[in-house]
Amino acid sequence: MLEINQVSKNYADVCALERCDLSIAAGQTTVLIGPSGCGKSTILRLIIGLQTPDEGSIHFSGKRLEPSSLPALRQQMGYVIQDGGLFPHLCARDNVALMARHLRWPAARIATRIAELAELTHFPVDALDRFPIQLSGGQQQRVSLMRALMLDPEVLLLDEPLGALDPMIRLDLQDDLRAVFKNLGKTVVMVTHDLGEAAFFADTVILMRDGRIVQQGTMQQLLREPADDFVQRFIQAQRSPLDTLEISG
Amino acid sequence: MLLLSGSSLAAEEPSIVVGSKNFTEGVVLGELVRGMAASSGASVGHRKALGGTRLVFNALVSGEIDIYAEYTGTLTHEIFAQSKAASNADLRDLLAEYGLVMSESLGFRDNFALGMREQVADRLDIRRISDLRAHPELVFRFGTEFMERGDGWHGLQRLYGLPQQDVLGVEHDLAYRGLAADDADLIDLYTTDAEIAYYDLRTLEDNLGYFPPYEAVLLYRAELAQQQPAALAAVLRMQGLIDETQMIAMNSRVKLDGVQEVIVAADFLGENLGIAVAAKSSTRLERFWRNTKQHIALVAISLFAAILIAVPLGIAAARWPRSGQVILGVVGIAQTIPALALLVFMIPLFGIGAGPAVIALFIYSLLPIVRNTYTGLTGIPKQLIESAEALGLPAGARLRLVEAPLAALSILAGIKTAAVINIGAATLGALIGAGGYGQPILTGIRLDDFGLILEGAVPAAGLAIVVQLLFEWAERAIVPRGLRASTRA
Repeated sequence: MLEINQVSKNYADVCALERCDLSIAAGQTTVLIGPSGCGKSTILRLIIGLQTPDEGSIHFSGKRLEPSSLPALRQQMGYVIQDGGLFPHLCARDNVALMARHLRWPAARIATRIAELAELTHFPVDALDRFPIQLSGGQQQRVSLMRALMLDPEVLLLDEPLGALDPMIRLDLQDDLRAVFKNLGKTVVMVTHDLGEAAFFADTVILMRDGRIVQQGTMQQLLREPADDFVQRFIQAQRSPLDTLEISG
Repeated sequence: MLLLSGSSLAAEEPSIVVGSKNFTEGVVLGELVRGMAASSGASVGHRKALGGTRLVFNALVSGEIDIYAEYTGTLTHEIFAQSKAASNADLRDLLAEYGLVMSESLGFRDNFALGMREQVADRLDIRRISDLRAHPELVFRFGTEFMERGDGWHGLQRLYGLPQQDVLGVEHDLAYRGLAADDADLIDLYTTDAEIAYYDLRTLEDNLGYFPPYEAVLLYRAELAQQQPAALAAVLRMQGLIDETQMIAMNSRVKLDGVQEVIVAADFLGENLGIAVAAKSSTRLERFWRNTKQHIALVAISLFAAILIAVPLGIAAARWPRSGQVILGVVGIAQTIPALALLVFMIPLFGIGAGPAVIALFIYSLLPIVRNTYTGLTGIPKQLIESAEALGLPAGARLRLVEAPLAALSILAGIKTAAVINIGAATLGALIGAGGYGQPILTGIRLDDFGLILEGAVPAAGLAIVVQLLFEWAERAIVPRGLRASTRA
């Protein structure tokens, strides 16, 4: 579905991605994980075309990503970022419908689609007319997800979608998100720095460090056969302190 | 388009346009010319108190006016100072090169003179200009034109060797006030000024013969003789008609009794020539409406044009940062030119009247709108721009659907600032004959009439407040609800 070949990307002097090869399978959830600055978000931004690779190429369903093909290809991708990126001047409904209206979908088709999505994402219908500022963080992310899914894209790209949420809300949305992914059977690429979250969602986990892929496989493989010392330490660092506590009494 | 709508502010299209310089006698003479020309049946307009000598003379040369009253000394020593014209015949030759004709004398002289309060002059024993040499501490205040003219202060200072240091220019009509309040010891006078008697002033003898004679004459465009012979013949009946006493009396009625020039002129023509001129003094309400219409037209046209140009410029500046710096720099420099200077720069390019004033106001309105459009657009959080891009919206749609609404509050604030500045700056338009609320302010200064000044100043302030309120209302209507909620949160 997504083929990344020998892609390098530099910001000023910092190397964000170095000769990276990656193949993302259709219908699966792939989670990119690693410490901050490892290049995981850069991969998503390259796929959606917010950045262009310095070297190498990216193919989507066999078509190369380049300025001329980008507008059409973007309509087959949905993109969700950490704080939602909702347009504050538009209500939830208008945020979701923005692109469909631009493409001149009939109003009835838009209304039907929004109703479907609200049900799918467990978003209260009566809140559709609220502005982002009037929604909770969890609700904002649900709207952002609806907006990303509106055109029924083949690929869903999520950059730390739960990163800014309270733990309780996070848990709630986490369940709903996984249900949506399973339901729709879409190709999902998610970025997180949270190992637990990766374990929860991932069919395939890709662990990155300093612009390179360190290990790729299922979460079990990562836990059982860490490729090197770094993987070992990364896993160790994220073990919950609660696990090591003896519960007395 | 801009020029067309600008000039159409001067509604009527008279066949003869009279001009006048910006002092009382000039306006009275202008009204007399208008009355005479109108008595022949011609349609006549009067562009009152247009400005100083150069401005009005240039307006005559360029054909923006057809006729105005001038003084021979001013012609020889100011307009044609380089040519050293010795006689009226020389002057006629010089004027002919510009296609202009000079009438015979209207019957009186209005010379320059220096004046002091009688009691001060008496105490210091000053009778002649030479006597001033012994009193270097005296404070001189001269009309701004006298400060600069070829026949003004500098030549006078050289010829008499005057030592005084505290010499400044003020508006001629305000100089009398300064003299009365003892803020000045000596000012320049016109010998037909009504104030000489009123303030009990002594005019100093020009014992070295510095000032030339200033015979009052009419200057007009040569083609008037072919195009409006009857009107010209009627106007030229003014030759030799007015003596000095009569002129002083007319000036006095305007300046000291507060009678409008149009009435004073009509009375004079009625008494001396038996010509009945339809003269109606304008009421306060009529003037208010006329000034309001002119002022709003100046502001509305210039502001509207500025919005049409400045918003795209601001968008361009935000999109292409390098050219953006150039755009912001250029409109920034335009803003640093004082409004008054900008208006004057317009005269050689576009002449006088509402058109050039609109252009100057337009230039003056650009910066706040360009800058606020630029900061509004560049201040949008990056993740919102990227979210719009990631959705697949093309650049045009991003601008229309996302960026413009998010920048709306800032853009609107820029337009509001421009409008309020514009309303204030437009009062200066009256200096180049554009009308508006500046007109009563200028006339009020000229006539030393505080009420008349308020007639312009109060509505100008009021209009600024009304516009401010309108914009606040527009903000509520235009700026999306979601943004207002966030500004309050």
